[in-house]
Amino acid sequence: MGRYFFRRVLQTIPLMLIISILVFLFIHMIPGDPARTLAGKDADVAEVQAIREQLGLNDNIFVQYIKYMGRIFGGDFGQSYKSGIPTTQLIGERMQNTIRLVLSAMLWAPLLGILFGVLSAVHRGGFVDHLLMFIAILGLSAPGFWLGLMGIQVFAVNLGWLPVSGLNGWKGLILPSFVMGIGCMAEMARYARSSMLDVMREDYVRTARAKGQVERKVIFFHAFRNALIQIVTILGLQIGALLSGSVLTETVFSIPGIGRLLVDSIFFRDYPVIQALLMLFAFQYVVINLIVDVLYGFINPKIRLE
Amino acid sequence: MSQNKLLEVKNLQTEFPYDKNKTVAAIHHISFFMEEGEVLGLVGESGCGKSVTALSVMGLIANSNGLITEGEIYFKGQNLLTLDKRQRRQIRGGAMSMIFQEPMSSLNPAMRIDKQIMEAIRLHTDLDKDQARALTRKLLVMVGIPDPDRVMKNYPHQLSGGMSQRVMIALAMSCQPQLLIADEPTTALDVTIQAQILELLRDIQKEKNTGILLITHDLGVVAEMCDRVIVMYAGEIVEAANCQELFQTPLHPYTQGLIASVPKLGSGRTSLPWIPGSVPDLLSMPEACRFAPRCPYATDKCRAEKPELEEKAPGHQARCWYSDANLPAQA
Repeated sequence: MGRYFFRRVLQTIPLMLIISILVFLFIHMIPGDPARTLAGKDADVAEVQAIREQLGLNDNIFVQYIKYMGRIFGGDFGQSYKSGIPTTQLIGERMQNTIRLVLSAMLWAPLLGILFGVLSAVHRGGFVDHLLMFIAILGLSAPGFWLGLMGIQVFAVNLGWLPVSGLNGWKGLILPSFVMGIGCMAEMARYARSSMLDVMREDYVRTARAKGQVERKVIFFHAFRNALIQIVTILGLQIGALLSGSVLTETVFSIPGIGRLLVDSIFFRDYPVIQALLMLFAFQYVVINLIVDVLYGFINPKIRLE
Repeated sequence: MSQNKLLEVKNLQTEFPYDKNKTVAAIHHISFFMEEGEVLGLVGESGCGKSVTALSVMGLIANSNGLITEGEIYFKGQNLLTLDKRQRRQIRGGAMSMIFQEPMSSLNPAMRIDKQIMEAIRLHTDLDKDQARALTRKLLVMVGIPDPDRVMKNYPHQLSGGMSQRVMIALAMSCQPQLLIADEPTTALDVTIQAQILELLRDIQKEKNTGILLITHDLGVVAEMCDRVIVMYAGEIVEAANCQELFQTPLHPYTQGLIASVPKLGSGRTSLPWIPGSVPDLLSMPEACRFAPRCPYATDKCRAEKPELEEKAPGHQARCWYSDANLPAQA
């Protein structure tokens, strides 16, 4: 298990390097010139040239990449072209809001989704199954921004129970958290249901019943325990999606988070900020996947014992 | 009913839903009994209702969507079908246990072997963890596992098929059952391992006087293991007899066909005799004798009237119009 973990951590290093190259290349392929944007429409060629020189944009792209990576290892992700504020500081300020938002969704959505899925599978074909899957389909098919706008209309404007925007206090968190988490919950419910239905057909579940075990424990210790192997995979992907999927929610509720920072930066061709954010998103995915793989080891003895 | 019967099944009918509000009977008015410590073989082709019978007796048929619609199942004089769920659970895995066809997939892949056996022990006894673990080790030794301490810490994927079936037997024997239902216990195993598992079952039966309901389609296994045999065809019992008698004087044409189609060494035949046709579909079962469409001796009477299971000789029953006299000439 220790070696498995160590190997898995080492594997993330080349992965992150490859991601950094791709991110760097793709950003420089975006049409448009940050120097031109920064200089303003009226600036002449010489001014733009001066800015390009100052930002190091005249270097060969390979040289730019090496310089960039060199700075990263020194902890310097550059300064925003737009505001001149260090990228790390800019992201740090916005990160707080996004983390609050993401955590508030992460705390309920996957758990409730898994619970719904398991209940559905156990009561397959019955009323509970139909009701929960109806909710899941609704959650999957209703667009998040629409749910958000409807929520604002009903609970904030008409009833006045919740604030219209922002993340102030726990009340301000309710609607954004709901909009963030509903898709994740629905997806988890459907995956958990189908994994549970798969394992409940297995011979070892019949063996557990043949032992005289009570149904509740058969479901939990024998069926769910094995369904988790599949569920955790999807859970990792879903949490990754939550971490980088806050753009819409932040926009609808006017929350200054990194999702909106990313959109603004792309409009401005603010290369350092875009790069840092994309690297951050990729890094989050890599870390989540690492956690999932380690969890796998705990859940699935076949992997642990290799 | 008599006192010393271990199991007595009367008129059992189990049905499965196949369409809205429609059901089909997988087994039809099955009646049989088992004495204590007896090995009873239940033989027939795939789909004839052997496993449905076993799962009905175990009380696991509801989990396969089946429904017992008629009949009684007496276990040591107690009608199991009148018990509530909790009472049923106490018997299942305790006084009555079961092993299955696929030993590898019958063990929980995410649970250590010792945990799986201890779970059963602790459900049916008052032993504490250490005592249960000690008993588990003893059981593994009993079923012939050479290094019990290693196997106890193993997960199922680390065991071979034969080892897994030994573990399953240890699990089934953990609470000293009086009835062990073995559903095709050797079908999924290599031939050499098959013999070892059968020998193990026979040893356990002799030592503990456990009654074994052995379900199989392999007549060789029956001949080697069983005291008495029940032959099933299309959801009905067609013949029941003492094992030796069944092989020497099979009365029902279906049994005769089964015995004739076992390959015999040195018989000089190049092709095996076989029974023409196939088992009728449960939805379009012949009204009269269910074997008539495939029977070489069938007459108009067979196609018009349903024969009952009758005692043709002492302890030898068959469901055939002609089996007590000479069979008519082949049609």
